[in-house]
Amino acid sequence: MKTGDAIEIKDLNKWYGDYQALKNIDLNVAHGERIVVCGPSGSGKSTLIRCVNSLEDHDSGRIVVDGIEMIDNESINAIRSEVGMVFQQFNLFPHLTILQNLTLGPMKARGMSKADADARAMEYLERVRIPDQAHKKPSELSGGQQQRVAIARSLCMEPKIMLFDEPTSALDPEMISEVLDVIVDLAEEGMTMIVVTHEMGFARRAADRMIFMDHGEVIETGTPTEFFEAPKTERCKQFLSQILQH
Amino acid sequence: MKLRTSFLFGCLIFLVGCNAAPGTWGWYVIDPRTPAGYNNIRFLLNGFGATILLSVIAAAMSMIVGMLVALPGMSSNRWVRLPSRIYIEFVRAIPLLPMLFWVFYGLPVVLKSMGISVSIDAFWGAIITLAISDSAFTAEIYRSGIQSIAKGQTEAAKTVGLNYMQTMRYVILPQAIRRILPPLANQFIYIVKMSAFASVIGMQELTRRANELVVTEYRPLEIYSLLILEYLVLVLIISFFVRWLERKMGSDESR
Ligand SMILES: Nc1ncnc2c1ncn2[C@@H]1O[C@H](COP(=O)(O)OP(=O)(O)O)[C@@H](O)[C@H]1O
Ligand SMILES: [Mg+2]
Repeated sequence: MKTGDAIEIKDLNKWYGDYQALKNIDLNVAHGERIVVCGPSGSGKSTLIRCVNSLEDHDSGRIVVDGIEMIDNESINAIRSEVGMVFQQFNLFPHLTILQNLTLGPMKARGMSKADADARAMEYLERVRIPDQAHKKPSELSGGQQQRVAIARSLCMEPKIMLFDEPTSALDPEMISEVLDVIVDLAEEGMTMIVVTHEMGFARRAADRMIFMDHGEVIETGTPTEFFEAPKTERCKQFLSQILQH
Repeated sequence: MKLRTSFLFGCLIFLVGCNAAPGTWGWYVIDPRTPAGYNNIRFLLNGFGATILLSVIAAAMSMIVGMLVALPGMSSNRWVRLPSRIYIEFVRAIPLLPMLFWVFYGLPVVLKSMGISVSIDAFWGAIITLAISDSAFTAEIYRSGIQSIAKGQTEAAKTVGLNYMQTMRYVILPQAIRRILPPLANQFIYIVKMSAFASVIGMQELTRRANELVVTEYRPLEIYSLLILEYLVLVLIISFFVRWLERKMGSDESR
């Protein structure tokens, strides 16, 4: 067991040209902790979690994931093998079957045999409740099913940490809960996770801690109860009143 | 309608020509029913082998070189990108014929001065020139095909642990290939047509043979007409294949 937190972010800054997308972010995530990040569009939520697995590089600051400090390509690869990610647009591989989507990483990146990879893939397809779709192409599945496949694809790499970037924003309303249920299951099993979402019902059910961002800064953080019942800042109150109207 | 009229008109000229008195038209020169005509036509048609071989090898080399140029050309690092950009701009700017002369007459001198003494014959001189000249276009075909695959695919591949080569091989290229193959096959048509330039350095392909026969037979109209027909047949066959490929790839896309 490693000491320290699952994720340690210290003084993180990120610029796009002369636009500062992240400003002095400090954030620690304990092992097993479930964090929900919310905030207005363009506030830097995606940029923040994409820095954690280095899909975006940062300009200054320290990122340590599961004891590995992000310094060079080698450490980035090591970090990526600990961190799974689910995207808003699913990003499944459209030319591969569902099963092949799940086994590609384990077989090519981890050198697992096809039989083992298939067995593991089927196990995770059970977990996300779509084992019967294994031999279809992604385009033959509904949005909700595709996103569950994307979650299973990440889980097949057996990550310690999962990042979700608005996993239900591209879904029709009736499919949102089937995806959230799968994420709640994961949370209950003790997976460390950062979820960017505006689904406040989910946040109340699953989050240990809420983080509210605006203009590239962490404005407020607290337990869901504190956060929803007694937001401290004006910006947060405004945001919540807008979100909760829907 | 207009096209059909002119086609019929053309056929008419051709038929009249066939039956006209010697001195105006002379299809006898390639009439397979006479021994001399038969030999001539065999001599001309034998050029197909060289033209096709030349084009196929040059196209294959162009596909490899093009990929080697295209991959660094898509790097996010501008210093990695730069040599590839320069190569493409440079090669595209040089007309084929001067490049052919330079490769055939100049390159051996350069190599010799570097202590490498190889003679470049017409066959390889033509292939090298065609391959280099075409590779700039092939590289651009690869680039647009690969860049048309959404950025999200690369990112998803990274998150399941694939490295750059694995991402290309298992995720990007299989998807890009359906956008790359049709224009690549189309590019092959250009190589076939450009291969005619190989005649000027003595390569015995379709055009060279036609030229040689014209010199001995003094029948340019008939011989060059046949030459054009030879290229037409070759190119139409390839176009047919390209069309088929486009349809196949297009219908795959919807799945
Ligand atoms: N690749 C990029 N190039 C330039 N600006 C970007 C890029 N990605 C994001 N941004 C900008 O950074 C800010 C934060 O973006 P993002 O993290 O996607 O916000 P959020 O996920 O909270 O909606 C936005 O203003 C956005 O326009
Ligand atoms: Mg976002």
